[in-house]
Parts: sequence; C-alpha cells; structure tokens
Amino acid sequence: MSEELSDGVKELESMIGEEYKYGFTTDVEYEDFPKGISEEIVRELSRVKEEPEWMTEFRVKAYHAWKEMEEPTWFNATYKKPDFENLLYYSAPKKKPQLDSMDDVDPNIRETYEKLGIPLEEQKMLSGVAVDAVFDSVSIFTSFKEKLAEAGVIFCSMSEAIKEHPELVKKYLASVVPVRDNFYSALNSAVFSDGSFCYIPKNTKCPMELSTYFRINNMESGQFERTLIVAEEGASVSYLEGCTAPMYDENQLHAAVVELVALDDADIKYSTIQNWYSGDENGKGGIYNFVTKRGICKGKNSHISWTQLETGSAVTLKYPSVILKGDNSVGEFYSVAVTTKRQQADTGTKMIHLGKNTKSTIISKGISAGQSNNSYRGEVKISKNATGSKNYSVCDSMLIGQECGAHTFPYISSENPSSSVEHEATTSRVGEEQIFYLMQRGISEQDAISMIINGFVKDVLKELPLEFAVEANKLLDVKLEGSVG
Amino acid sequence: MLEIKNLHAKVEGEDIEILKGVNLKVNAGEIHAIMGPNGSGKSTLSKVVSGHPEYEVTEGEILFNGEDITELDADERAHLGLFLAFQYPVEVPGITNKTLLREAYNTIARANDREELDPLEFEDYITEKLDVIEMKDEFLSRSINTGFSGGEKKKNEIFQMAVLNPVLSFLDETDSGLDIDALKVVSDGVNKIANDENAIVMITHYQRLLNYIKPDYVHVMMAGKLIKSGGFELAEELEANGYDALEKELVLNGEAQ
Repeated sequence: MSEELSDGVKELESMIGEEYKYGFTTDVEYEDFPKGISEEIVRELSRVKEEPEWMTEFRVKAYHAWKEMEEPTWFNATYKKPDFENLLYYSAPKKKPQLDSMDDVDPNIRETYEKLGIPLEEQKMLSGVAVDAVFDSVSIFTSFKEKLAEAGVIFCSMSEAIKEHPELVKKYLASVVPVRDNFYSALNSAVFSDGSFCYIPKNTKCPMELSTYFRINNMESGQFERTLIVAEEGASVSYLEGCTAPMYDENQLHAAVVELVALDDADIKYSTIQNWYSGDENGKGGIYNFVTKRGICKGKNSHISWTQLETGSAVTLKYPSVILKGDNSVGEFYSVAVTTKRQQADTGTKMIHLGKNTKSTIISKGISAGQSNNSYRGEVKISKNATGSKNYSVCDSMLIGQECGAHTFPYISSENPSSSVEHEATTSRVGEEQIFYLMQRGISEQDAISMIINGFVKDVLKELPLEFAVEANKLLDVKLEGSVG
Repeated sequence: MLEIKNLHAKVEGEDIEILKGVNLKVNAGEIHAIMGPNGSGKSTLSKVVSGHPEYEVTEGEILFNGEDITELDADERAHLGLFLAFQYPVEVPGITNKTLLREAYNTIARANDREELDPLEFEDYITEKLDVIEMKDEFLSRSINTGFSGGEKKKNEIFQMAVLNPVLSFLDETDSGLDIDALKVVSDGVNKIANDENAIVMITHYQRLLNYIKPDYVHVMMAGKLIKSGGFELAEELEANGYDALEKELVLNGEAQ
C-alpha cells in the first residue's frame, strides 16, 4: 500500500480509536450481595425482590440446572473466562426508586441518563418513544406508562410484571428460551435481576416506540436482565434497546435473555443499538456480551424482525433467532457488527422454519478494523413440514487495514424439497482503488471512506426506526470516521 | 492547458521506473491519442497525471494551466477540472450514481466558487445528461458500477464525464471490452462532450476507436516514453504494420535507445 493511502488508513484507524464517550461512572450508594453464587444467594435475591413462591422455585431450579452445565467453547473467540464466584449477582442503587415518580430517582442516576442523552422526564424525551431505564440490576423508571395503559399496552419492569401480571409472566417466561437452552440462559434464569416486560393486547398497534436503556455502572456486578415481549393476535409493536457502560480495566459480564412471542397476524420489530465499553487498544477491560435472544412466530401470518447495530463489547456472542411456527410467518434479521481494536464478535442468527410457506431474510454486514475479529454464524433450518418455505441470506464482510479478521460460518439444512435457501457472501477491503476512484471525482478522502462505509451498511440501517437511525449513523461516525479536526 | 515535462515515475516503494521521461503538450480544443503495446506505461501515465497515490514522481513536472500540480492530491486535481475515465471502473455498493455525482459536482463547484445545485436542480441537470450515452433514468439510482456489465461501466464513465464537465479528460482504454454498438454510443458521447474549450487524451491499443473519435494528434508510447508523434496517419501505419515494425524503423534511424 502506498504511503499516502496507508496514512489514510492509519488516520482512519486512529479515529476508530476515538475515545469512548460513555465511559464515566456514577457515584451512587449500592445495596450489594456478597460475591458468588449459591442456592442461598438465589433465594435471597428472590426474597429481596419480594417475589412470589413460584418465581423463587423457577430460579432455584434454574440454578441447579446451570450447576450441571458446561461453559460453551465452540465460538470463534478467545477470552479469560468469567469467574462466577467473584461476581456480584445483585447490585441496586440504595435509594429505592418509587417507579411512579421521577422525583424519587437518585439525582445522580437521573443525571447519568441525561449525560447519555436519555432524559427521563417525559417532556424532554423524544416524542413517541417510551423508555424503561435499567441501571445495573434494576429498572429505574418507565415513562409514558399511563398513556400506554390507555391503549391497553403493558410496559413495565420485569420485577413489576412478576408481581402485577403473574398469569402472563407464568405463561410466557422461558416459553421461547427454555431454562436449559444454554449455559447463559440457565444462569440468567436463576439470577436475572430486572428487565422489561411488554404486552400488546389483541388488535392493538402500540401507540409509541418502546425502548429500554441498559446501563452497567457497578464494576463488579454482572448484568442479567430479562426481557419478554408478547404481541397478541393482530397486535404490533416496535421496541428498541440501547446499552452503554463505564470503562473499567476488568471485564464485566452481561448475560441477558430476550423472548418474543407473536401470535396470529402479530408483528414485533426489535432493534438494538449495542455500545457497551469495548476495552482499550490492548484488549484490557470491556464487556462480555453473552446474550440469548429468540422470538417465536407462534401464530399464522406473524412477523418478527431483529435489527441490530453492534459496535461495543470486548466479546460478543449473540444470535437473535426466530422460530417460524405459524404458517406464512416471516422472520428477519438485519445486522451491522463493527469490531475495532481487539474486539471479538461472533454473531448471527438462527431461522427455524416449521410452518408452511414461512419466509426468512438475513442481511448481515460485518466491519472489522484494528486487530479485531468478526465472525458471522448463522443457521437456517427448514423442517420436513415447512413446504414452500424460503430463506434468503446475505453475509458481507468489510475489512479496514491488514490486521483484522472476518469469518463466515453458515449452517444450512433443508428437509423439504419444495423449499428454497439462497446464501450469498462477500468479503471486501476498503481499498485504495475505491478511495482513489471517489477522490478522482473530487470527493475528499474522509468523505470517500465515509461514503464507502455508509453504502456498505445502508441495507441494514434503513430497517431501524427513524428516531434511532440518526443515532445509529452518529454512532457509526464516531466509531469509524471520528470527528476529523 | 497540460504540459508534461520530462516526467519520470515509479511505483511507490519499488525501484523500477515505469515512466522514463514523458513530454506532452495538450491545448484546449485538441484530441490526442496515445497508443502503445501492453506494459509501455500508457495507463500509468493517466494515473500519475490524475494523482494516484500508488505512484511517485521521481523527476519532471506536470503543469496544468501553468500551475504545477505534481504534488496535489487526486481530489484537488479533480477540482481543477481533471478527469480520468477508468479502464476498470470501481464498484461502490450502496451509494447511487446520483448521490456520488451530486456530491462530486457540488464539491467541485464549491472549490471553484461556483453555485451549487440543490437536489431538484441537480435532478434536471443530470437527467438531461443521460442523453449523452442514451441511458434510462434507472441508471441514476443504481449503486455505482455495482452489478453493471462491462459496457455499462464504460458508459457510466462517459456519463460522469458529461455531468462533471471536466477541462481535461484522460480516457483509459475506454474502448476495451465494448461491442460495436456500445463503442458507437460511447464514441458519440465523447464527441458530444468535446468542444473548443476542453481537451481529451485517449489511451488505446487499437485504431478502431480512432475511427469514431478523430484525434488531432497520435503519439506512440514504448518503454515509458512517447517515441513518435504524428497525425491520424500514424495510427493507420501502426494498424497496418504493428508496433514491432515501428520499433525496428526507429532503431534503424537511431531514434530509439
């Protein structure tokens, strides 16, 4: 590579190293448990949260299941294993938030969300977006609850749902991701602290975007949140999660479980902008993001769509999936995964076709820079009874610089001859020829690089709700282009 | 307009010189053709003139309207009105032709204190230019060269030339890979763009192109130098006898090294 151009790439790489601007910590008093995990800790957690008996038993059973399971190692990432005996399984700000009133939220925490650009006061919020703010282990505040209730929509913290809507939680919790599904789902089932619960009743279009903002603050706590979204027949909802964490030298564990249930003709759109701290350029610190996300298109003509922009975390293992059970149901997965420095991401999706005439689309865009490693891992399974089903997958990787890696692991199986599966994959490098071509047309080097990246991710970002597409673009700019000065 | 003086250049980081003292003068209103065998340095000359970062100028200079542009970046040269129609146009997925051209057009306009066009004005402007290469509207909303046939890519280069209206254009083997119909469209397009105020330098292996775009001057390039210049008859002579015959003749006359 020529000197000038490699300068360009170097400049780009240094911009990629742009400082993480959400890395501050909030000074709050905590109510912590002793470190480590045991049946007593699990029972104590359930007690502190004033949970009903059935929930306590659910957790204890999950804990014992987890004890017997092995930590998985099949993915394309290497890291120091979390020390489960050295983690805090419950960490809550001492000042107990009264979920109905903003005034009871610790002012430091309120300020934190303001710094993150998520003011909790409804009048300051993006109109048309209701927010559930989760700070370490607990939900701090959920906005627009009343307005949503008018439409019959339930949007609250998981803790509250367990108490207020036990019949719904009992019916659907662990119905999509069974406790024993994997090592981390079992652990989450035992110790999940909070998360969001959404229920959209029959034939209701949720009147606003729902959003949960996750923040890890405490250095030693793991974050285990649990989200459950149920859309009844003919209901529709769009949901977004955002995540940030302070910069610590130690790795922190985030092991969430998200379950989506769509009944007949229901429509769920779930979008994620994940920007956990990713560690420094030597790979020190950062979040382990080991998340199980799965939706089931239970009813006919139902539709579940996952869109994710993954830019943070030291290690990401995450495969938002859809079980297409109802006939004519549709599953979609749109993903942009950006890795820089020494980040490792092994992410993708599973589309399990069970019903007739089911359709799935997978568009995955991986961007690797620095010394990072970015893998797409996807499974498409078409079962015997899924006649007339279709899958279309595109997995594109883009490399910036010479030291990063991109990998694709597609697993495809079709037991049904009337179905079709199409898979396309490309790998490209942000090349000097592309940059030169655009510069020859008069475009500056910076704009040329930005154009190339934007063109690459366009098919995915256009799937984000409008309010968040702007945020996503800004995040990509910061992450990859930086503010050139 | 363009004056290349004793230009020597090599690939950055390597020792072998590819251009070994090129001299060329191009005035407004002229069409030049540079012919030569493979590896003679024709494409390199067009890249060096347009500022490709892979090459390093080791001696000589490139003057454009009197200004030394040898050290300018590619985009700065484009702002002065220099255009290169690529031999292998590059694909940029996800960005439409129209987006690129509006960005390019307005960037060049800004650099020259000319008025920029807003999206609606630009739409009218660019649609008009489609006639130059007989393309349909949908050409504008396709990603840059992505999934284009070889012929479409070459047409797209000439279309971009029409839109950006450069002062001096290098056409690097624009005829290669074109069937006779496409060659005619592309040539017609270039002839429509050519006028008294701009200039064109065509790089080609074959005389075929020159039957459609009549050059005022023909230069033969060999081993990194322009070794012979003449009118259209030089191209005919080459087509009849080949480069070898010319080389021998020059050796006999003591003109070649």
